[in-house]
Amino acid sequence: MSSSSPIALINARLLDPASGETRGGVLVENGKIVSVGADVTQANVGTRAKSVDCGGDVVSPGLIDMCAFIGEPGASHRETIATASRAAAAGGVTTIVATPNTNPPVDGAAVVDYLMRRARDTAKVRILPCAALTKGLAGSEIAEIGLLKDAGAVAFSNGPASVVSSQVMRRAMTYARDFGAVIIHRSEDPELARAGVMNEGEFASRLGLPGIPREAEAIMLDRDMRLVALTLAGDAGGAHYHAQMVTTTLSLDIIAKAKAAGLPVSCATSINHLTLNETDVGDYRTFLKLSPPLRTEEERLALVEALASGLIDVVVSDHNPHDVEAKRVPFSEAEYGAIVLETMLPAGLRLVQSGHVSLSRLIAAMTLRPAEILGLPQGRLQKGAPADLIRFDPDEPFVVDPAHLHSRSKNTPFDEARMEGVVKLTMVAGVIV
Amino acid sequence: MSVLAKHIFSHRHLLGIEGLSRPDIEALLDLADEAVEVSRQVEKKRAVLRGRTLINLFFEPSTRTQSSFELAGKRLGADVMNMSVATSSVTKGETLIDTAATLNAMRPDLIVVRHHHSGAVQLLSRKVSCSVINAGDGSHEHPTQALLDALTIRRNKGRIDGLTIAICGDVLHSRVARSNMILLTQMGARVRVVGPSTLLPAGIERMGVEVHRSMESGIRDADIVMMLRLQRERMDGAFVPSLKEFARFYGLDEEKLKWAKPDALVMHPGPINRGVEIESAVADGPRSLINEQVEMGVAVRMAVLEALAQNLPNS
Repeated sequence: MSSSSPIALINARLLDPASGETRGGVLVENGKIVSVGADVTQANVGTRAKSVDCGGDVVSPGLIDMCAFIGEPGASHRETIATASRAAAAGGVTTIVATPNTNPPVDGAAVVDYLMRRARDTAKVRILPCAALTKGLAGSEIAEIGLLKDAGAVAFSNGPASVVSSQVMRRAMTYARDFGAVIIHRSEDPELARAGVMNEGEFASRLGLPGIPREAEAIMLDRDMRLVALTLAGDAGGAHYHAQMVTTTLSLDIIAKAKAAGLPVSCATSINHLTLNETDVGDYRTFLKLSPPLRTEEERLALVEALASGLIDVVVSDHNPHDVEAKRVPFSEAEYGAIVLETMLPAGLRLVQSGHVSLSRLIAAMTLRPAEILGLPQGRLQKGAPADLIRFDPDEPFVVDPAHLHSRSKNTPFDEARMEGVVKLTMVAGVIV
Repeated sequence: MSVLAKHIFSHRHLLGIEGLSRPDIEALLDLADEAVEVSRQVEKKRAVLRGRTLINLFFEPSTRTQSSFELAGKRLGADVMNMSVATSSVTKGETLIDTAATLNAMRPDLIVVRHHHSGAVQLLSRKVSCSVINAGDGSHEHPTQALLDALTIRRNKGRIDGLTIAICGDVLHSRVARSNMILLTQMGARVRVVGPSTLLPAGIERMGVEVHRSMESGIRDADIVMMLRLQRERMDGAFVPSLKEFARFYGLDEEKLKWAKPDALVMHPGPINRGVEIESAVADGPRSLINEQVEMGVAVRMAVLEALAQNLPNS
């Protein structure tokens, strides 16, 4: 990304998740923040930079989404790096960690290299590859973690499926430790979950749909915590286990226990699981068919509380675009997933507006915490940090119109929803995109 | 007609019992009583659906439900077309939407649909301009079965309100059980479900029914014992260890039936697995309503077709 002439964002409500909130401005030059604070004013900046009066809007670091499917390679009918990055830019996401479950999967340095070139040529935001933890995502052989990391992979995951073999998982963790690698793992016992298509319980029973019990997630997460204790406890080399998506109180208890034991673990949940529940499936709405499934309202509230307390470190979009044909089918046959990049911030702001989560905590979970876990310099509103910034008005209302969303697919769970929070400017490496 | 005049049945489709009010159900049952009389005459033809086209669209094989709808439509004067779509050729859902669009273009007035996925009939109903009747969708609902069961019970017991009705067997996979649970509780019956825990859906205890794991407690003093069909492919160790074991603990025989009230009646939606969920002696015995259920099936479907036809355009 090219650097450009200096820009000053002035008269803003500056939100730095690391230090708090102040009034002032940000001066950006050569892709970096050169000055931030109350003294960045029109008077002080003068003609040194092009200035943008933010009119009291929030300016924060750009969002870092740790889990999004961006279509390339192999599924460009669903999404491309270009369309995903336009959706991201519109939604205030300046960094996407792309999931490896592409075709072919991101399990070789050549695919990482391909992705980075495609991103350089077509993306407006940063695309960081998360590589496969096992070859072909098959869960049987460890991928080339060292070579993939050298090529630019920021983390390793097995895509939407767990590594079922405890032996393979143990070896992957043990090996990852030598390279200080971050493992992002989705925990779900495939046997326990296999028959199901939504959260197990009364609501699924009424719809006549087979359920997925919460235990499917918890059992695998519990195993993983034991393997982390076996392989990564006491490691100072940066290796880390990040639970890709926790959606139940059972999982929260497991994570809390692991953190209390000092294990190098963190966890995320999706914005969908924080703002929707199983009853939103209504009469078989396939856009609400997600994996893991949307849970009960009690579970949702527990997740919100865990986000507020910091037990949940990160909020992800779990952006998963699907063409109409994959969703316009009976619920059991429909694909899992929703497009979320563009609505992640306003959906999160619902939690702020309802008083459950502070704005700075929400933004931290979408900026600073992902950056810390992945070892990125972004996610901070500080001198010297990359100038990945967004300006948004958290209170401006709008109605979600799928026709105006930038993703190539239109499977938004917030179809025609009323939301508040409009991104007015997105800057990546000092360039307004 | 006289019956319907007393109650406005305002639904465009019959997708499930869920959403029907008690007066809706009573109006359908009253209308079905009239249809029973019609069906018992030599001259069974009525002109209620004359000029109307009814399509039977079955994505799952069915003999009795399909022929029941066919007879009901013909007795009301409709042109009936049967479309059996082999399950094997319909593995992708877009075929469902495409089929719906194709059939809709032929301008039918009513489509009866059975599909192996829950919610599929509802999905199809959004893509057509005619009335849609759910003839069974996955494990979700089978509303005309519940209505015919209710009619059978009402005609034999004089009422539904206050009866104790035990629904026994594979409740988990049964759309018949779901529709019956909703309908019978709506009509004031005390409904019990009985079966091994592996064949009971999660959260069942919050669905307004009593849950029993043994036949002895489940059918004790019941007025009606309703047996469900056991799908054999589900039985080899997956949900219960064997047919033999299931028959021993949950199959209805004359010994177990003694736990129910002396005048208790036995029902089954058919087709029955003799010697599995029900012994022949019970199925063919004096307390069995199984054949009467089939007769009531035609009457109830006539009633449903007539009620929906009232809300069709140009009627």
